[in-house]
Amino acid sequence: MNPSSPLANRPALRLHVPEPPARPGEEASFADLAIPEAGAACQPASDAPPAEFRELAYALIRVLDDEGRAVGPWNPRLDPDRLRAMLRAMVLTRAFDDVMFRAQRQGKTSFYMKSLGEEAVSIGAAFALAGDDMLFPSYRQQGLLIARGWSIEDMMNQIYGNRADRLMGRQLPIMYSVKEASFFSISGNLATQFPQAVGWAMASAAKGDTRIAATWCGEGSTAEGDFHSACTFASVYRAPVILNVVNNQWAISAFSGFAGAEATTFAARGIGYGIASLRVDGNDALAVFAATQWAADRARTNHGPTLIEHFTYRAEGHSTSDDPGAYRSSAEARAWPLGDPVARLAQHLVAIGEWSEGQQAELERECAAQIRATQKAAEANGVFGHGFNQPFATMFEGVFEQMPWHLAEQQRQMLDEQKAAGL
Amino acid sequence: MIGAINSALDVMLARDASVVVMGEDVGFFGGVFRATAGLQKRYGTHRIFDTPITECGIIGVAIGMGAYGLRPVPEIQFADYIYPALDQLVSEAARLRYRSAGEFTAPITVRSPFGGGIFGGQTHSQSPEGIFTHCSGLKTVIPSTPYDAKGLLIAAIEDNDPVIFFEPKRIYNGPFHGHYDRPATSWAGHPQAQVPTGHYRIALGKAAVVREGMDLTILCYGAMVHVVANTVAEMAIDAEIIDLRTLIPLDIATIEASVKKTGRCLIVHEATRTSGFGAELSALVQERCFYHLEAPVGRVTGFDTPYPYSLEWAYFPGPVRIRSAIEALFEDLRP
Repeated sequence: MNPSSPLANRPALRLHVPEPPARPGEEASFADLAIPEAGAACQPASDAPPAEFRELAYALIRVLDDEGRAVGPWNPRLDPDRLRAMLRAMVLTRAFDDVMFRAQRQGKTSFYMKSLGEEAVSIGAAFALAGDDMLFPSYRQQGLLIARGWSIEDMMNQIYGNRADRLMGRQLPIMYSVKEASFFSISGNLATQFPQAVGWAMASAAKGDTRIAATWCGEGSTAEGDFHSACTFASVYRAPVILNVVNNQWAISAFSGFAGAEATTFAARGIGYGIASLRVDGNDALAVFAATQWAADRARTNHGPTLIEHFTYRAEGHSTSDDPGAYRSSAEARAWPLGDPVARLAQHLVAIGEWSEGQQAELERECAAQIRATQKAAEANGVFGHGFNQPFATMFEGVFEQMPWHLAEQQRQMLDEQKAAGL
Repeated sequence: MIGAINSALDVMLARDASVVVMGEDVGFFGGVFRATAGLQKRYGTHRIFDTPITECGIIGVAIGMGAYGLRPVPEIQFADYIYPALDQLVSEAARLRYRSAGEFTAPITVRSPFGGGIFGGQTHSQSPEGIFTHCSGLKTVIPSTPYDAKGLLIAAIEDNDPVIFFEPKRIYNGPFHGHYDRPATSWAGHPQAQVPTGHYRIALGKAAVVREGMDLTILCYGAMVHVVANTVAEMAIDAEIIDLRTLIPLDIATIEASVKKTGRCLIVHEATRTSGFGAELSALVQERCFYHLEAPVGRVTGFDTPYPYSLEWAYFPGPVRIRSAIEALFEDLRP
């Protein structure tokens, strides 16, 4: 710059590049994180205009307190059988994750993604929705299927891509599709399911149906254009849809600051769209249940969409393909101030005299045994890459309803190749 | 042609309660090219509605509606605006049937005006069909006459796979013979301008032989069909002109039979040259008809530049470029 320029006194600009609070080898502390008391958040009527409760986008709806009591206006007052059923689905999901993660390490599949620490996000929601409400999940909501009682063997067959895989080995492990359980095909591309869920909900409303839709994405994917397109459509047409953002703090190795968390909350994204927005303790199954139930009531009575941020922590790596020790402090998961969702729900049941440590240990043993037995049954259909795959010719089926000539020609070529190779 | 498209939508909205039409300005106003004029009044705002300006959202929402059981016909106002929707089209609509093993499908028909010749500049003139033919799972349809536009659009809407339906906007109001400096012609009197009022279908994947001939085969589609036909008439050459109508699935049998008969092949499209659909056609003809060819397969295309606003007619593959390419096919190039 010319020093004689009148602009010479202007300060040099600085680019802000976010840095997470702790990197590998550093102490992890969430001391700066404001955690409001359980029961402190108000509960508006489910038909209230969004402008009347904007503070809930910056609050944290919590029901379970540190002693395991359910407190405050969001307490859904579930009966003990329902609570135990939720707990069982969460423990079963955790056992499933555990066994499938090990199956990947044993070479039985190429890929797996655990939901450790986030079980309440899926299972709390699944229990609050009707069984025929349509779900547009992302890749870490296996708990939805398990809570809906879908066959775990069927899920394992998909993970193994074996001869019993209904999806014919065409999709990456865990990208389930279960129309029978009103569970949409998982894409693998991020946030694409958001406008699709809104479209499904708009169609349901246009047809005078009673079913609503719910969708999930991570906090990192809220940066995608699809998320914002979905919010615009949902707001404009008051679509009966629940837009869930699972803020688990990490998008592979990028902490939530790279999606904008340093500046505001993810629930607050909804305010600009005029969408009812709630921020919820995602490790509190009762808070997730209550917020989902509130949003579902709102949608069912034609009061439009709700955006729910589930504040939680991804206690494992993104997938089996990354080592979280390479980018974040291994002390973080232990320091996470909102605890473990399974332990918190169990603690609540104990606190109300409906559960014991012994029963919890027995439940965990029982779920682990069930998963092991199911795994054995699934593996009888083959594991990934061990010769029990789908017939080669199926590769070309289902690209179109009817196979055009060019695919038929390529199919013949591939079958000839396989024959020449002696397969 | 606009009337034919409007009629196709009208017929399908009346026949099938699951058909919905959506897009920017398509509702009350009836579309910037008037393709949906009067439809909202007839069928209501639940079935024909305006959308926010987000092509990603329009296609994503259409896919969700399709998963619900509707048969959406989203409009992308100009093909040049389709790029924000590419992920939803290429990764979602195109693969939904495959990845869910048939549990979910995307029976959507994406209508979009495309092509130049209207002084639209680089953002209202492009021909991006090659992007979609390159992706597995999408059908690509391009009509060249009012009669075809209606029959093909009805077939596309009734099809259970996602269809990209590009409408050559230069011929919305009349066939274009390629001479930009002569008065525009209307569809009146054109043999393909008579459109029945009711339901009829033209099967996807069937080309039309517009003119039979013995000297060479010309493969073309959309507005270029008319430019080619006029140039052939001016040259008084006995060319066989094939209007592909559907790029995917392609009518390879008609192409192969024609080139084997004539021994020469010229491919004409308005889109940019490199990696354009003409390259695929050229490869297919070479693979299947090599020993019948009397000359190298020729290509006439737009140039590999952005569509230039003020130099539009120097860019456009008009009669001069087509004529010289035809002549080159008859030169003896052997050393």
